[in-house]
Amino acid sequence: MLETPETEVVTDHLDAAALTEVAPWVQNWWYWQTECGVHAPAGRRYLRMLERAETMTVPERMEALRSGIATAWGQLTVTASANGEGRRRYTVRHTDDADASGLEPLATPEDARALATFDAQGRYRPLKSAPSLRRGWTFTEITARRLVGVIGYLYPASIPNWDREQADALDVTHWRPTAERQTGIYGIIEELDATAVEQVAATCCVDEECLKRREWEYDAETPLAVDGGTGAFPCREPCSLVVAAGRKWTTLEREATETYEIELTPAEAAQLSAVIDAVADGTAADIREADVGEGANRYRVRYLREKRFDADDQLQMRPKRGLVRRLVRRFT
Amino acid sequence: MQALVIVAHGSHLNPDSAAPTYAHADTIRETGVFDVVQTGFWKEEPSLREVLRTVGTEEVYVVPLFISEGYFTEQVIPRELRLEGWDVSAWDSDGLSATTATLPAADTGQTIHYCGPVGTHPAMTDVIIQRAETVTGDPEIGPGMGLAVVGHGTERNANSAKAIEYHAQRIRDRDRFDEVQALYMDEEPEVDDVTEFFESEEVVVVPLFIADGFHTQEDIPEDMGLTDDYREGYPVPASVDGHRIYYSGAVGTEPLMAEVILERAADAGADVGTARAEVTAAAGAAARGD
Repeated sequence: MLETPETEVVTDHLDAAALTEVAPWVQNWWYWQTECGVHAPAGRRYLRMLERAETMTVPERMEALRSGIATAWGQLTVTASANGEGRRRYTVRHTDDADASGLEPLATPEDARALATFDAQGRYRPLKSAPSLRRGWTFTEITARRLVGVIGYLYPASIPNWDREQADALDVTHWRPTAERQTGIYGIIEELDATAVEQVAATCCVDEECLKRREWEYDAETPLAVDGGTGAFPCREPCSLVVAAGRKWTTLEREATETYEIELTPAEAAQLSAVIDAVADGTAADIREADVGEGANRYRVRYLREKRFDADDQLQMRPKRGLVRRLVRRFT
Repeated sequence: MQALVIVAHGSHLNPDSAAPTYAHADTIRETGVFDVVQTGFWKEEPSLREVLRTVGTEEVYVVPLFISEGYFTEQVIPRELRLEGWDVSAWDSDGLSATTATLPAADTGQTIHYCGPVGTHPAMTDVIIQRAETVTGDPEIGPGMGLAVVGHGTERNANSAKAIEYHAQRIRDRDRFDEVQALYMDEEPEVDDVTEFFESEEVVVVPLFIADGFHTQEDIPEDMGLTDDYREGYPVPASVDGHRIYYSGAVGTEPLMAEVILERAADAGADVGTARAEVTAAAGAAARGD
């Protein structure tokens, strides 16, 4: 007797037509049982997601896999495909290289590790989920086992965390418990209040900076207003970069504010904002050499420095203090 | 099914920090004795918090790629791995003798064999000697030579210096080098004055550090007077105060380190088959430049 999950009895005697009809199921079973090579449940569920196993029937999937099923994962496009026997292969490219030709062929997970280490300018990438993955390469028709290895280096732990989230079992650790857990030089980050943590998240954890989707908040009762992003896989707790930067901001936030007096033309005041924006957005290097219309243009900034820096190479400005404070400061 | 997870410090700033960890993981992966060989970091990814969930086995051998027992191996790593019920007494160590403790991981339920750091394993002594052979290009190195084993040292933790002194004494006991000294960056006797501690004209200096970075490539070469400016590099050997100094860079980059990692896992009960011999042979060939 031959039957499938989607039909009742196909036939009660073997013939070519019946075998042809059940072939997709048999091939599918054969692939996942003997060929796949990925045994960890999270990895297998990820592979099934790549071919939409939850929403398509086996024959539909086999048909779709012949032309390829694409999934976005961070800056990657992962395309699952299958040959006539149901053997899956996976092609991974940078999302911006979907239709590019002449790409450098890569093959192993260790190739992915090297790829993830430096950006297009050759700078070290301490955060693998930063949107700075370089382009120009392809993993073409690799096995499932290699795919899971490649993803493991390009977006470490993204598969198990995605899998836990799918099962409503993602173990989120919010800022407060993360801060309270720290010891040594990071113990001080507990001092940062919810407002400062809001600023930290807006600084580090938005989509322009990190492709993980922030799921942690200040604490379970105090959500952060800033958008957590739209990433395919979650961020379950403040990462080591956020903790290390948080330490710096903790020490900086210990200083009390002062009111400063500084003399600037309105255009120079606007220029300060332009410079801050260009550095914060990482666009300063893109401003053309002779584009003196841009406040953050190098010549414009050099001119401002010539004009407004004092003998100590600092912006000429001084804290505006009342007479009493100035005297106290002077004689203590 | 058994997995090996090598945990290390890593860096937000320096890609060389993780390089030896990756290299040794690759070497061990090649032997095929573990179903999975994974790396996890304090400062890189996967983080110590998330590395165990990337490994789909019930049984995991965790080997810290650290030099001594101390803050990281006793507090940070067990805490971040969520080793349930961890207390440093589980190692029953005198500061040098930690082998393993078996505990469950709270978030994954895996059984974790948490090993002592590579730096205190007796096999590390051989790595220091092989490092000396590599930097001099002489497999018989020893007679007529001095050897300095250099540690970070810290007044805060006596175990840091213990590991350095332990290996220095073991090498001394072999009577292979004319003189062996333990020197430190941050405590006496200081590596800055290296030539004052040796009568031998030729001295090999091996820093007991896991990775090359700020300390081994900037501080120590400048402090010893091998170079005025680390950015220009340093000669090997370098002439300092009438001595010839062979400075090896971090011992942790020596391929034989992979064997110490296997020793740690084997001591904790991992089945490593013939992998130790394979790795040792490959490391020896690399040291000879084959």
